[in-house]
Amino acid sequence: MSQSVMTPDKNMSKGMGRSPAESQAPKGEGLRGFMSSSRSDYLMLAIFALAVLTMPIWLAPIGAGYPDILQKFAIFGIFALGFNILFGFSGYLSFGHAAFLGTGSYAAVWMFKLLSMNAVIALVFAIVVAGVFALFIGYVSLRRSGIYFSILTLAFAQMSYNLAYSVLTPITNGETGLQVAGSDPRVLDRMFGGTDGRGVPDFFGMELQGWPGFYFCAILLILAFFVTMRIRNSTFGLMLFAIKSNQNRMNYTGFATRPYLLAAFVISGMYAGLAGGLLAVTDPLAGADRMQWTASGEVVLMTILGGVGTLLGPVIGAAVMKYLEQIFSSFNEGVLNRAFDFMPAGLQDFMVTIISPFVGDGWHLTLGLMFMLVVIFLPGGIMEGVRRVSGRFRRDRGDSSTRSSAGH
Amino acid sequence: MDAIILQILNGLDKGGAYALIALGLTLIFGTLGVVNFAHGALFMLGAFCAVAFSRLLTISERVRDESVTFFEAYKEIPYLTLWYGDTGQTIVDWAVPLSIVLAIPVMVLIGFAMERGLIRFFYKRSHAEQILVTFGLAIVLQEIVKYFFGANPIPMTAPPALAGSADIGALLGASNISYPMWRIVYFLFSLSIIGLVFAFLQMTTFGMVVRAGMADRETVGLLGINIGRKFTIVFGIASAVAGLAGVMYTPILAPNYHLGMDFLVLSFVVVVVGGMGSLPGAVLAGFLLGILQSLASMTEIKAIVPGIDQIIIYLVAVVVLLVRPRGLMGRRGVMEA
Repeated sequence: MSQSVMTPDKNMSKGMGRSPAESQAPKGEGLRGFMSSSRSDYLMLAIFALAVLTMPIWLAPIGAGYPDILQKFAIFGIFALGFNILFGFSGYLSFGHAAFLGTGSYAAVWMFKLLSMNAVIALVFAIVVAGVFALFIGYVSLRRSGIYFSILTLAFAQMSYNLAYSVLTPITNGETGLQVAGSDPRVLDRMFGGTDGRGVPDFFGMELQGWPGFYFCAILLILAFFVTMRIRNSTFGLMLFAIKSNQNRMNYTGFATRPYLLAAFVISGMYAGLAGGLLAVTDPLAGADRMQWTASGEVVLMTILGGVGTLLGPVIGAAVMKYLEQIFSSFNEGVLNRAFDFMPAGLQDFMVTIISPFVGDGWHLTLGLMFMLVVIFLPGGIMEGVRRVSGRFRRDRGDSSTRSSAGH
Repeated sequence: MDAIILQILNGLDKGGAYALIALGLTLIFGTLGVVNFAHGALFMLGAFCAVAFSRLLTISERVRDESVTFFEAYKEIPYLTLWYGDTGQTIVDWAVPLSIVLAIPVMVLIGFAMERGLIRFFYKRSHAEQILVTFGLAIVLQEIVKYFFGANPIPMTAPPALAGSADIGALLGASNISYPMWRIVYFLFSLSIIGLVFAFLQMTTFGMVVRAGMADRETVGLLGINIGRKFTIVFGIASAVAGLAGVMYTPILAPNYHLGMDFLVLSFVVVVVGGMGSLPGAVLAGFLLGILQSLASMTEIKAIVPGIDQIIIYLVAVVVLLVRPRGLMGRRGVMEA
């Protein structure tokens, strides 16, 4: 049942023995279905960009048409996209990615405090710091693979989390969390006389709160999507897929796989840093709980829910999960009573009693159940569900794009 | 010197808990080949078995408190005390150790249900998917416990006879070191459970089959032994071991619903340090890391390396994995990938 998750494409194995120079030719016979033509890619990018930018309109009917939640969709979309570069493309399951998210947040807030409220400086610094941190952790963790790798990354993330709470309190401000204050030096802002002490991050004068904040995140999401697309279609992406399908064979053919993995790890760490930085931009506050391993588990779930190894899946998974989190945790008995108002009184009470453990504070129960159900029944995530449904329609035409889901 | 002895003692009971959880993890991993992220939740469920049992024993009746004369005061007296007098009170006091009686069947049944209902469908699937599905299960289990028992830690008391301190110093011939007796009981308890598990594996035919299955599952199956059913029982045993570790740990640390997650991460590190698939390795690493963690929390050491107590276990894990990739006692061919 797990075929399509661990071995992304049956065509891959045919393209494996090629030298890098050969596999650079993008439309090789063995690579069909893996490397689609660039025109359809740009079409997809255009549709994606349009869909993201018009989210306020088409998500309004389901109650998600306000900036706070849309920002979250975009930010966690970036986080999941980056995680997918590592887990989805190369098959290495990191259980400590939240460490980079947290590092990015701290780095961004420090830039707000020290230099300027300009979001660009903060984000660049967040990406760089998270990247360096990922380079260090990746260098050590990638010496092992499989479950050892997962546990090493988990150990590092827990280590960072514990340190952020204890010794590094001067940097992280411990349990209170790092905040911007009116008394911060903000050297650049003072130099150019721009500071009004409100402590709202801006983009060259435009305050990034509410809708401008969302569009800022959305544009970065589209950019991140574009970069991910280019990575997937590059030789580098191909190498990662090859490592995923059979790392031993890669090693036997004489490729040093570790540099590729390390690069993927650092890139995905930088995505996480960007996401963490954006979290700080939309709300200039950084806390250690962003580094906790439950946060790492969350991004794994987002990616799985959407579809591991697919381009669009992680973004969809992130949005679906943040949306469900929002509505489930906001429900309480009053809301439920109103929702089931149309039922007879006895049945209404019954439904409310049944459902109330799953909403509000019990949102995590729903999350855990969802996690299990997705892994058990739909390991390929939403994207696989879509493919199965569309495959049913196209079966008679024998379309090759449905082949990867045929293994079930 | 006294401080060091005290810290080593401190590490022994914590190490005992790590060792017991890691033992179960290793048993499950070695026999079934499954990475069980829900094992910490089993530890937590064991702890809540003790909570449930002691609540059951202390179902009380409200009676007028005669000693207060100024106003109407009431106190709660457990029915057991009302009915059986001193014997009943003794049973109530010994609730935690007595919970073992309840915990063993409950935990074995939970283990069976988990293995038959979920885990067996994941034998053929990748480790990543095993991790993910058991991680989901762990969340579900802890949320169910949270729903019934609330989010706050529930303090439990050791039996009065064992609640005090013992003078360890006299035993060791050193100066006066007093130490909570229950922690020593816990250490001895964990040692005896470990001993039982090892004796079971070494001295019974069933244990022989299990050991053979850990070494080469396929051949044992070819010899006509129903290895599937044997392994279900192993899962039940591992679940009971984790549960018992949880039951007895309640007087040391008040259980709350995320107790399991806290211990799980550490136990996995213990398993990896000990060597995946090696039972003696799991026990050794459990005690070793427990003691190291307590030693690192000494003020003298924290003064030299601040924050070392928070990260020592992870640091050791990283160093061990890099220097001895198979762990302290890992065998060739187990999880080499």
